Amino acid sequence: MTIHEPLTEPLAGTTKPGTAASGGGLTIRGLHKILGGRTIIDNLDLSVKEGELVSLLGPSGCGKTTTLRMIAGFLEPDSGSIEVEGQEVSHLGAENRPSAMVFQNYALWPHMTVAKNVGFPLKLRKMSKTEIKDRVEAVLELVSLLHHKDSKPARISGGEQQRVALARALVQEPKLLLLDEPLSNLDAKLRVKVREDIRKIQQELGITTVIVTHDQEEAMSMSDRIAVMNAGKIEQYSTPEALYARPETEFVATFIGSMNRVEGSLNNGLIARGEDILGIRPEDVILADAPFAGAVPATVERVVPRGHFQEVYVRRADAQLRSFVSGELMQPGQQTYAGIRKAMTFRDGRLVEEKGAAL
Amino acid sequence: MAITTGSRAASRTRRPLTLDSIVRGALVGLFVVLMVVFILGPLLWLGVRAFAGNWTFPNLLPDDWTLRWWQVVVNDGALGVAVQNSLFFAPLTVLVSAIICLPAAYAFARFDFPGRRFFLISLFATNAFPKMGLFVTLAALFYALNLMNSVLGILVVHVLGTVVFMTWIPAAAFAAVPRNLEEAARDAGASKLRVFASVTLPMALPGIIVAAVMSFLASFDEAQGTYLVGAPAFMTMPTQMYSLVLNYPTQVAAVFSILLAIPSVALMLVAHKHILGGQLAEGFQIK
Repeated sequence: MTIHEPLTEPLAGTTKPGTAASGGGLTIRGLHKILGGRTIIDNLDLSVKEGELVSLLGPSGCGKTTTLRMIAGFLEPDSGSIEVEGQEVSHLGAENRPSAMVFQNYALWPHMTVAKNVGFPLKLRKMSKTEIKDRVEAVLELVSLLHHKDSKPARISGGEQQRVALARALVQEPKLLLLDEPLSNLDAKLRVKVREDIRKIQQELGITTVIVTHDQEEAMSMSDRIAVMNAGKIEQYSTPEALYARPETEFVATFIGSMNRVEGSLNNGLIARGEDILGIRPEDVILADAPFAGAVPATVERVVPRGHFQEVYVRRADAQLRSFVSGELMQPGQQTYAGIRKAMTFRDGRLVEEKGAAL
Repeated sequence: MAITTGSRAASRTRRPLTLDSIVRGALVGLFVVLMVVFILGPLLWLGVRAFAGNWTFPNLLPDDWTLRWWQVVVNDGALGVAVQNSLFFAPLTVLVSAIICLPAAYAFARFDFPGRRFFLISLFATNAFPKMGLFVTLAALFYALNLMNSVLGILVVHVLGTVVFMTWIPAAAFAAVPRNLEEAARDAGASKLRVFASVTLPMALPGIIVAAVMSFLASFDEAQGTYLVGAPAFMTMPTQMYSLVLNYPTQVAAVFSILLAIPSVALMLVAHKHILGGQLAEGFQIK
């Protein structure tokens, strides 16, 4: 039983993602859930390698939280299997699953101190008082909250409550860590810091982790792989880079990053009207003062300064395009030349062609 | 120019404000006087009366002071028994009421079963009708069941009077416990029973304590039903009051009233300290 070993030991023996033995991690097959006559999860398959951090990313109502609640055991799937480290868990109650969850609003017990909150899972495992104390202090040290161990949750800040919730999950040494919108209640600055903290701790401990989020930036910056969900299905499951560079569907392309969506197809740098959907990333719309190959004269219509860059709306003869450019602020009405460096073509919502103009 | 108009406007707004504050002051004053006359006055009179010997008409204070009436109460066997009975029935009522009502309160808060609203509303029925009418019909039933002049009979009457507090208040307290706090405990490995004991119950405790205090006081002050079902075999403090007012000098009734008030006041002070100073304030800050 690893549970009876001191916490420091598994901390020291870190498992790097990918070095895990086969059969580890999480495997979901054919998951199906109907709630109130509506199909929430539609035959979903997902596999997470041991030590990997995977984000379920999607708009609200796409079924990502429902999936997480089924993995955690708060919701019973209508059919399908959920395996954690090769062990089927879908018939088990939440209390018997090898997973630990961090709730969106932290769900700390207000009548217990921070140390009692974190120690509760160990108390349930009938550990001795001194052992509980040692482990609680070790894990509070890890999330740098040892100085708050005797505070009540209501007395500490949101970011600190977040870390207590994380500590309460980590102290269980779960085989699977589940986080439900872990950063949504934090302000923007803190969010960046906490997501780095979570990622760092996750990599140190090598815990298989599933995060539910609707924030693409959060998913892109933390995850090994991202499963983009839409209407109860996974649209695409790949690394953050691949998701952005090679979106398989129009939904993914629009959901991740921004995109100029034009009906038509690209011919020698010009857009011809057509049935297909053309997706052009704003950074692939190149603006220049002088004509260049594939460029077409354009008029600047609107400029939105965005700090590090500016968002420029230009009108070409064939379409209105949005471009991200850096450098000197452009002026509305200014004449310029706009060329398309790269475009994706979607037919029936799926990517069929990726074309780069010779720029 | 602008400054003058400004100050004139200010003085204009100040005048109705003064009138307003006079009216407000007068209302507060009137309220204080009413409080003193109708609440503090009788209590003060009671306090003086309990230590009074003779008290002839125009005098503001008694002619002489004595502890005789306290002696009468302490030495009177029947009064001692009444105190014992009251201290027996009130805690027992709270206990029985809690055992019956708290599971019901939890069910009302957490499960949606057919007739839920009907049952919840019908709990008010015992309080909706004149109490005496209810007790008379109850007495008829008790004669048939041989419950008149019995501990069980009195207990039934007392518990009936506490059902509303013991169900509605804890039900609201249970319902206010966020679901995901219970889920978090399940996730940590707690069984359903353990979740209830470690999370749900402690968080609902302030509400349950309020309900218990109110039930205790309701049982402690219950006179009509107890008199009808229990007298003369079981006399509690409030029922004994009836015979005291009729059979003894008023001073004894005064002493007895003060004794009757002691547990209530003590209980209120303890509850106040625990509920306002403790978890209630912190516990409900969670979203």
